[in-house]
Amino acid sequence: MGEVLDYPSRLGDAQSHRHETFSYLPPMSPEQIRKQVAYIVSRGWNPAIEHSEPENAFSHYWYMWKLPMFGETDVDTILAEAAACREANPRNHVRLIGYDNDAQSQGAAMVIYRGGDRN
Amino acid sequence: MAKRTYEAGVRAYADTYWTPDYTPNDTDLLACFKVTAQAGVAREEAAAAVAAESSTGTWTTVWTDLLTDLDYYKGRAYRIEDVPGDGESFYAFIAYPIDLFEEGSVVNVLTSLVGNVFGFKALRSLRLEDIRFPAAYVITCGGPPNGIQVERDKLNKYGRGLLGCTIKPKLGLSAKNYGRAVYECLRGGLDFTKDDENINSQPFMRWRDRFTFVAEAIEKAQAETGERKGHYCNVTAPTPEEMYKRAEYAKELGMPIIMHDFLTAGFCANTGLANWCRENGLLLHIHRAMHAVLDRHPKHGVHFRVLAKCLRLSGGDHLHSGTVVGKLEGDRQATMGWIDIMRGRHNREDRARGIFFDQSWGAMPGMFPVASGGIHVWHMPALVSIFGDDAVFQFGGGTLGHPWGNAAGAAANRVALEACVAARNEGRELEREGGDVLRAAARHSPELAAAMETWKEIRFEFDTVDKLDVA
Repeated sequence: MGEVLDYPSRLGDAQSHRHETFSYLPPMSPEQIRKQVAYIVSRGWNPAIEHSEPENAFSHYWYMWKLPMFGETDVDTILAEAAACREANPRNHVRLIGYDNDAQSQGAAMVIYRGGDRN
Repeated sequence: MAKRTYEAGVRAYADTYWTPDYTPNDTDLLACFKVTAQAGVAREEAAAAVAAESSTGTWTTVWTDLLTDLDYYKGRAYRIEDVPGDGESFYAFIAYPIDLFEEGSVVNVLTSLVGNVFGFKALRSLRLEDIRFPAAYVITCGGPPNGIQVERDKLNKYGRGLLGCTIKPKLGLSAKNYGRAVYECLRGGLDFTKDDENINSQPFMRWRDRFTFVAEAIEKAQAETGERKGHYCNVTAPTPEEMYKRAEYAKELGMPIIMHDFLTAGFCANTGLANWCRENGLLLHIHRAMHAVLDRHPKHGVHFRVLAKCLRLSGGDHLHSGTVVGKLEGDRQATMGWIDIMRGRHNREDRARGIFFDQSWGAMPGMFPVASGGIHVWHMPALVSIFGDDAVFQFGGGTLGHPWGNAAGAAANRVALEACVAARNEGRELEREGGDVLRAAARHSPELAAAMETWKEIRFEFDTVDKLDVA
């Protein structure tokens, strides 16, 4: 190997902040987001949307966008809610969740729109 | 009126302990042994001897036998089966009444089932293949202090496997340099780092110093990344008193997780520590040093699936499972079998995976299997495919050996994991397309590209010593 690269992460630099699953990948394209929504639906999980100011993102409790969409299987409807949440909260991270009620857990959770501090 | 009279002397075991007409009760504890008898010993007699020696029997009749109801308390050999592909050994199935075992005591169960009987002269070798713990016994045990679902909630990790790394070199680092290695891994994107099993409290690094520096590493990495992190603080110690002292200090530092070696330290210590973790809200990672001494020989010892069951009852939130793909032993189907045992709510008999009994776990939570040992980024597609999301993947050399250091190694593993999970969710077949998925991910991650360059084409292709019994 040739040159050694520095690892560009700094305390206090919002650009260094991550937000769990898929936050080490580039931002998702609309087509990639659609496929993740379709995966949640295909697993029979209940989709939900949450959002948070980036500076409060460490909290377990983000703001729920309305209620989880129990029984919703239409990908376009789910995407429309995510877009509406982003529209109403343009500065915030927006997270897509698939509630797996059998496991009493979240089967999927990912930030699909990254708020002001990181792209 | 007395039913029996006392006749001193030696009787054939089969007279009392071979009961082919017996139908096991739901509350019986069932065991399957692989028996290799000495030449000239009939199968029924050998099976009955195992039943006797692991329950009420001794080599001769004693008058005090008549003071109790031995016909109730005895173990019963109720079935014999051929071992597929093996003309020499056979499976003996034995049923034990639940009263033979103290409630909540894996220690007591093992003392009977794998006690004196393993040195019995009429046997050439003996292996405990599986145990069915009746649900009535399972609920007397504490089990995992937290379980998979609670751990995910506490650490805020969903929809993917967790990532860890054992800090190397195994021995010899100072506490402060050790904390440095931890910090670099965690800031690079790992969820956990781990004390190596033989790091306890040696002269070069006392436990208290290690815990203190590691705590600072975790706090800074959390603040820097905005993600929750942990380090398995190894509290395995020479005495239970010392073990609890170390656990208390980890709690005082706010550490989320501690670790223990359940076989070298023993089930008594492990069950006590699991109870302590439940009381105090800490996660418990379990290492398995010494397991291969017990479980590797195909004809003698205790199968790992039994050790895994016993540990789930004794208590642990993580247990090392083998990787299938790395440097250590592990047949794929057999590994899938004991992964089911670690995580499932109800295991079905499945001989193709080496599972001999249905096993209900009642309300007992599951444990994360931990895949650790000789794995690197190129193994990630297979790991995600084999283990799914409820597992911890631990890359030791595969993180620390990155040419740019631990943080870059950690980031490479995290990118590889997330790329594989995202691709799987999109419906792609990882075991076929994994290479393409990784190459695409490496285009936006120089850390992953460098890792892939460093470890390309490394494979581990030795034959498995302990294969499943198949014809």
